[in-house]
Amino acid sequence: MSKGKKKKLTPVQREYQAFAAQREPRRPLLTNCLRAFLVGGIICTIGQGFQWFYTTYFNFDRVTAGSPTAASMIIIAVLLTGLGVYDHIAQWGGGGTIVPVTGFANTLASAAIEHRSEGFVLGVGGNMFKIAGPVITFGVFAAFVIGTITVLIKTVGGM
Amino acid sequence: MLQGHQSWVFKTPPAVLSSAAVGGPFEARGALAEDFDLLHDDLYMGESSFEKAERKMLEEACSKALEKAGRKKEEVNFFLSGDLINQIISSSFAARTLSIPYLGIFAACSSSMEGLALASLLVDSGAAQLALTATSSHNGAVEKQFRYPTEYGAQKPPTAQWTVTGAGAALIGREGAGPKITAATIGRVVDMGISDPYNLGTAMAPAAVDTLQAHFRDLGFDPSRYDLIVTGDLGRVGHQIAYDLLIKKGLEIPADKFVDCGLLIYREEQPVMAGGSGCACSATVTYGHLFNRLRRGELQRLLVVATGALLSPLSYQQKESIPCIAHAVAIES
Amino acid sequence: MIKFLLAFIVGGLICVIGQILMDLFKMTPAHMTVTLVVAGAILGGLGLYEPLIEFAGAGASVPISSFGNSLVKGALAEAERTGIVGVLTGIFEVTSAGISAAIIFAFLAALIFKAKG
Repeated sequence: MSKGKKKKLTPVQREYQAFAAQREPRRPLLTNCLRAFLVGGIICTIGQGFQWFYTTYFNFDRVTAGSPTAASMIIIAVLLTGLGVYDHIAQWGGGGTIVPVTGFANTLASAAIEHRSEGFVLGVGGNMFKIAGPVITFGVFAAFVIGTITVLIKTVGGM
Repeated sequence: MLQGHQSWVFKTPPAVLSSAAVGGPFEARGALAEDFDLLHDDLYMGESSFEKAERKMLEEACSKALEKAGRKKEEVNFFLSGDLINQIISSSFAARTLSIPYLGIFAACSSSMEGLALASLLVDSGAAQLALTATSSHNGAVEKQFRYPTEYGAQKPPTAQWTVTGAGAALIGREGAGPKITAATIGRVVDMGISDPYNLGTAMAPAAVDTLQAHFRDLGFDPSRYDLIVTGDLGRVGHQIAYDLLIKKGLEIPADKFVDCGLLIYREEQPVMAGGSGCACSATVTYGHLFNRLRRGELQRLLVVATGALLSPLSYQQKESIPCIAHAVAIES
Repeated sequence: MIKFLLAFIVGGLICVIGQILMDLFKMTPAHMTVTLVVAGAILGGLGLYEPLIEFAGAGASVPISSFGNSLVKGALAEAERTGIVGVLTGIFEVTSAGISAAIIFAFLAALIFKAKG
């Protein structure tokens, strides 16, 4: 596994980077955070709406309503991705569109749609998890580690 | 003829017998739409993938250039072309269609000037009667290969650039009425340790400056010789940096004579962040707009310095920085 | 209605954390979402994420961090039932609906839609 150590910069390179940094437009952090807050908040509120809808009109309770809520949000995100709208919302909303589960759905849908030109098996199937792969890999691995540690602590604690 | 360390001077300047520029929907709404020979209104152009569309544009630019010069592809000795797609398949597949002896090149977004310099060298040295040089890029194909699927919701920072969807071609011959290629300077790779692929202008500016210094040193000119000095695709950020860096190095170019293709090609209202980029940026602006200005006599002496970022998606993942290069070609009317 | 306001605020704040990770710490979206998922898993293991969901509803369950929490929840629930092997076998238990829906609808989207650039 690569150590990922940063290549040492020469004095010339360091001098240039300082020179250039003065001339680069900063990422508008405050504006981006405000937009992320707004868009992310709205998406979560819509999620809350779905939650309420499923608990009120169907036979779900607060816990079991989580599944149809997630599914509904995912379907909407996939639709917006397919219609070519999601990426425009995301340019504005940044973290607000990437962080909610809608972002996850967007990574799968956008990759699947884009790689259709390479066929359904290798293109769509093979590339669908191109961007979402890390989330699943690390989520599962983290759950495995944490789950094991927790169980071991409980077992040891109980002895 | 070698002049200085890394430049060629063409004693009997080859002529641009014709040139052609093809563009996509974004370019059609851009500032230089009038200078394109062909504009498409959607990114697929009737093909089933972005890559096939790019190939189509390259073939169209080549056939248009041949048509305008009244020549047939069978008359052309060599075809020099490069692009950004892995293994330069756009160029190779276009070469298959054209059936002209093929020299594939790769110089990222500076491919246009590398191709033009080499084509001119072949013709000037008597190694070719007719040489066709071309390059292309496609926004969808480049995003898919280098960054993310086009419908993915990532937020681009203000230093990011927009890849031009288009293709440019030029037919070079021994004599003719068109603009003349008088000199070329081949750049060397310059790497200032920048590793952010969303900040290529900053990465490429030092290469442009290095090549410009080499050009003026080798040929013994100073910037006042040219009516216009144009960089390929440094964009808003890189162009400003290059301008300041040149002053720092004692090479001042008047601001109104120093422009950038990436800034010329689109209008202010278009959401292109720092400006246009891609092989087709310098190609379509030079082979279309700038050559038209030369032909109309609005410009007498032009220097085009195309810039390229020589990274790959893999080099970025392996935490490498971005090596860059710039090639300059002098064209006179 | 308080529930909706809390969902808005907490959800918005978690998204702001994501934005800061990307803009200030120069993380790519992939690195940022992995960070949030692992954080969610850790908080879930410590028993802190469930109370957050109780408090903020969708504001905590919609962001991707809840995915990490759900994976841990599934692992621990199955381990309760069948012993330590359950940590392995129960991971996808709770998140099954989300992942399946995402794959199925992404595939359908590839059938119907074309990338628009």
